[in-house]
Amino acid sequence: MEPILKIDSVVKTFPGVRALDGVCLNIYEGEIHTLLGENGAGKSTLMNVLNGLYSPDSGNIVIDGSPYIFKSPKDSIRAGIGMVHQHFMLVYSHTVFENILLAVEDIPFFFSRKRLKKRITEIIRKFNISIDLDEPIWKLSIGQQQWVELIKLLLRDCRVLILDEPTAVLTPQEADRLFRFLKQLRSEGKSIIFISHKMREVMELSDRVTILKKGSSVKELLRGSFDENILAGLMIGTDDVPVWEKTEKTFDSIILSIEHLYADKDKNMSDLIDFSIDLRKGEILGIAGVAGNGQKTLAEVLTGLKNPKAGKITTGGTDITNADSRQSHIAGIAHVPEDRKAMGIAPEMSVDDNLILKSYKNKKFRKLFMQNRKAIEENAREQIDAFAIKTGPKGTPVRLLSGGNIQKVIIARELSLRPSVLVALYPTRGLDIGSAEYVHKVIMDAREQDMSTILISEDLDELLKLSDRIAVMFRGEITGVVDPKKTTREEIGLLMSGETLP
Amino acid sequence: MIEILLYATIKAGTPLLFATLGAIIMERSGIINLGVEGLMLVGALTGFSVAYTTHSLFLGVMAAFFASMAAGAIHGFICVYLRGNQIVSGLSLTMFGIGITSLFGRSAVGLTIHGFDRTPIPLLSKIPVIGQAVFNHDVLVYFSVALVVCIHLFLYKSRWGLHLRSVGENPAAADTSGVNVNLYRFSAVLIGSGLAGIGGAYLSLAYTPFWVENMSAGRGWIAVALVIFAQWNSTRALAGAYLFGGINAVQLRMQAMGTSLSPHLLMMLPYIFTIIVLIFATMRLEKGSTPEPEALGVPYDREDRK
Amino acid sequence: MIRFEKRKDISKYFAMTAPFVSVLLALTTAGCIMLFAGVNPLKAYMGMFHESLGSVYGITETLVKATPLIFTGLGVSVAFRMKIWNIGADGQLYMGAIGASWVALFSGLTGFAAMIGMFLAAAFCGGLWASVAGFLKAKVRVNEIIVTLLMNYIAAAWVSYLVYGPWKDPKGFNFPITQRFSPDIMLSHFMTYRLNTGFLLAVALVIILYILVEKTIWGYEIKVIGDNPNAAKYAGIKIDRSIIGVMFLSGALAGIAGYVEVAGVQGRLQEGISQGYGYTAIIVAWLAGRSAIGVLIVSVIMAVILVGGDSLQILMQLPVAFVNMFQGLILFFILASDFFIHNKISIRRSGK
Repeated sequence: MEPILKIDSVVKTFPGVRALDGVCLNIYEGEIHTLLGENGAGKSTLMNVLNGLYSPDSGNIVIDGSPYIFKSPKDSIRAGIGMVHQHFMLVYSHTVFENILLAVEDIPFFFSRKRLKKRITEIIRKFNISIDLDEPIWKLSIGQQQWVELIKLLLRDCRVLILDEPTAVLTPQEADRLFRFLKQLRSEGKSIIFISHKMREVMELSDRVTILKKGSSVKELLRGSFDENILAGLMIGTDDVPVWEKTEKTFDSIILSIEHLYADKDKNMSDLIDFSIDLRKGEILGIAGVAGNGQKTLAEVLTGLKNPKAGKITTGGTDITNADSRQSHIAGIAHVPEDRKAMGIAPEMSVDDNLILKSYKNKKFRKLFMQNRKAIEENAREQIDAFAIKTGPKGTPVRLLSGGNIQKVIIARELSLRPSVLVALYPTRGLDIGSAEYVHKVIMDAREQDMSTILISEDLDELLKLSDRIAVMFRGEITGVVDPKKTTREEIGLLMSGETLP
Repeated sequence: MIEILLYATIKAGTPLLFATLGAIIMERSGIINLGVEGLMLVGALTGFSVAYTTHSLFLGVMAAFFASMAAGAIHGFICVYLRGNQIVSGLSLTMFGIGITSLFGRSAVGLTIHGFDRTPIPLLSKIPVIGQAVFNHDVLVYFSVALVVCIHLFLYKSRWGLHLRSVGENPAAADTSGVNVNLYRFSAVLIGSGLAGIGGAYLSLAYTPFWVENMSAGRGWIAVALVIFAQWNSTRALAGAYLFGGINAVQLRMQAMGTSLSPHLLMMLPYIFTIIVLIFATMRLEKGSTPEPEALGVPYDREDRK
Repeated sequence: MIRFEKRKDISKYFAMTAPFVSVLLALTTAGCIMLFAGVNPLKAYMGMFHESLGSVYGITETLVKATPLIFTGLGVSVAFRMKIWNIGADGQLYMGAIGASWVALFSGLTGFAAMIGMFLAAAFCGGLWASVAGFLKAKVRVNEIIVTLLMNYIAAAWVSYLVYGPWKDPKGFNFPITQRFSPDIMLSHFMTYRLNTGFLLAVALVIILYILVEKTIWGYEIKVIGDNPNAAKYAGIKIDRSIIGVMFLSGALAGIAGYVEVAGVQGRLQEGISQGYGYTAIIVAWLAGRSAIGVLIVSVIMAVILVGGDSLQILMQLPVAFVNMFQGLILFFILASDFFIHNKISIRRSGK
């Protein structure tokens, strides 16, 4: 059988990085083909080439035997390729209907809303999706937003559907439903490119797996010829992966107590509602939940970026609800690679300057109102050594560092303040395995020294591995607190979708 | 008295309305244009010169449209294709417009033409008070009102309008749906600039039928502020433009009646009022979901790594 | 197929030469436009450069014009560091001039005390005028570009009101001017030229601003806010206060420009003391990038064009506003050259 879509030695460079280095990929009709690889292996870049967003430096895309050059996404759409991006391509202030219309090509200049709505409703009904067409996107849950993206592709009648890490934002139950849906599409003869780095999902879905490493395709395997170990071995590079171990520990004293916290919401985000929890000294408290259910607000309130509307935060009897006083007790790390400006760094400034972001007023770094450059550089040298940060030439803007190294800069800065509590918001999102394990090790080491961590993550595996307790959030409330040793993914999944356990 | 004031209000509001509508179209596509002031001047001078030489007001208006469009194309090219800074580019456009019109306008200073006449609308203009004030204007006034409706229909009922709005909100989403983002943005800048030019031509062909250097006197900036007041909505732009026309009319009226207030103090009024209105408009924006196009002022680079 | 690729590091060679190339291209384009308008560009340019650089008088005049540009350019540039657009330096300059004139005419101070008083009043009035926009930006998130711009018109009208009304010189033959300041409170001049100590003051402020932004804790705060307000907030920097503070400083610098204009050049308050310096300041700040020294250099270049442009008014009966065209064109070319600094062109054959 001939592949319907063939990617042949595609190369794509970005300033300073060779993101794709001769990647080959064959997609056959009616299969689910998984693209497996670490973060930074080039999966999304490759798909953006296929999607017409990036034009490759060299290499070919062959569809049904004839070569194609995609000048823009339009050409890719014409060729029958559709993609659900990791960050949805939706216009948030527009309604579901308008977003779907945007994707449909053959509508008249002044269109009849009624007829089109009927057509869309038919599809929605066929797949049993519940969505109000007149609702603006920002009011939908992330799971629903993903359905809108899928509906867009279905209306376009794509032959090849690309899904870039679609389960990252779903509860386990929603993910199951998505998988059933994908299998249904496969049985209708559609080809699906599924991108993931989660072994369990790959094993469940894939007919064929292509493994990507550092911008080139390492191996193509058919179902039956792979298992989790083989895949993991192929995916992870030879780089050192830090190892750590979780020790048994008992917790007696409470280091931080949060009582009846309320906070206002940001756009598209949930607020905090009556949020109460105690953090024990030296424990890692996991916070699970689908992104956008108030986790970011929680992190912002705890780290002093935002003031709560009501409620109290105390540590050892002292009230630290006031933002300024919180900073000396709580440090925060966050890494949101798609938005480097989120909270951790000043991207255009040097590593030296970023390392003193929270302590620039410290006597050590100043002479009256002048900055003490010597001390600042000295501090940077120490931290760079201690955390093995690869910085490039002196004065390089932090923005040009790799994701893992940016995260190290943030960690170095935050830990140098010797906080009693660390708030980690998606600390490993988008990092390669080596860097992610490094972050885990840092958190574990801190636990050994009786520092407490609030670990906010969407990755259940990460939470189950690290946490001593897991609290689940839904729409700004805690729906349950579970013990990672006793709970199941299903149980957490139910809590994530707002249901309470019996 | 009311009749005269109302008439003057509409007359003073119309150039603002054209310019504001133009700015709305551009900003809806995600491009800020601080060059409206310069575009109005280009429109005013071109309109006047062409009308003077050809004796055709219609040709004057058309020429104003295309000349401003050409000037706006510089801004469009820099912002859309070269992804330059929109604020600096817009300011340059204004400087350029002031400079080039002063150079070419030397020979036009002191000339006069017969400007647009009133064209009463049959029947409606017979209504007491309102008839003469509202339904007895020049054709450009009627055209501007028709434009308000057309732009509204275009934005919310047509496919191109949907595409344009999407481009301004989330260009990547539009792009991946097969919409040519750059083309939409560039076209929006062209059309919007042309409309600003008609606003300028209204000044030199209908409001005062002659050309003086720098005759737009900050109206372009007021138009940019009005866009925020109008919440990027053409029908609200109508209200905004006439509100300012009203202030201007009252101010001129007071000068004409010879109050003891210095004319210089009265001249401040429209600007002060704009700032006050801007404050309230912005405060209102903060509360609800904002109608400001999400990608306003942000150049779109398809290959930008997100 | 021609493609544009992003450079990893910007091209140093391009970055250094771009401003000069842009000015040259702007002059060429302007020349073509002049030809079209029936003006001989060669004659115009010869006149311009002869007038601004061809004599000691010309050079001093150029430095006289550079002075307010340095002040306002520094002001706009310091706000730029925080990603705030102060387009209102013109109005702030006028307010500074009003403040200084009030002290000179009505405070009763004399001699050195009056000079200090004028300086402080100018800085304060300019700063206060700009802080209005700063306050609105910080507290209500009102667009500072529009507010500062509109306030230019208000400030200019305010000067007109004063010189036509309450401050008019009764012995001034009904001209809209105030009384002349007493000579002992004027800035001292360089020989018989109009060049005055204001220029030295400007150079001193370049150095002070450099230290302030690059070496102090406050400068660090400004840079962090400009780079990432969220990070600044996280670092515990009071953003709102800094915005208002920086706007005050920015306006104060423009106000000082107003002081130097009335106390060093005009000797009285009158309309049109600023020839759009506040707008030219934006070019100065943009061209100078992050460098305070750059402000000094670019200001002088811009002053050459301004003085030259002025001379054309007499030489060739061209309107003063005509130099705006140069400025607009220079900026256009600078923006275009930015693209080539950050992207390289590669021409290659694409897949068959």
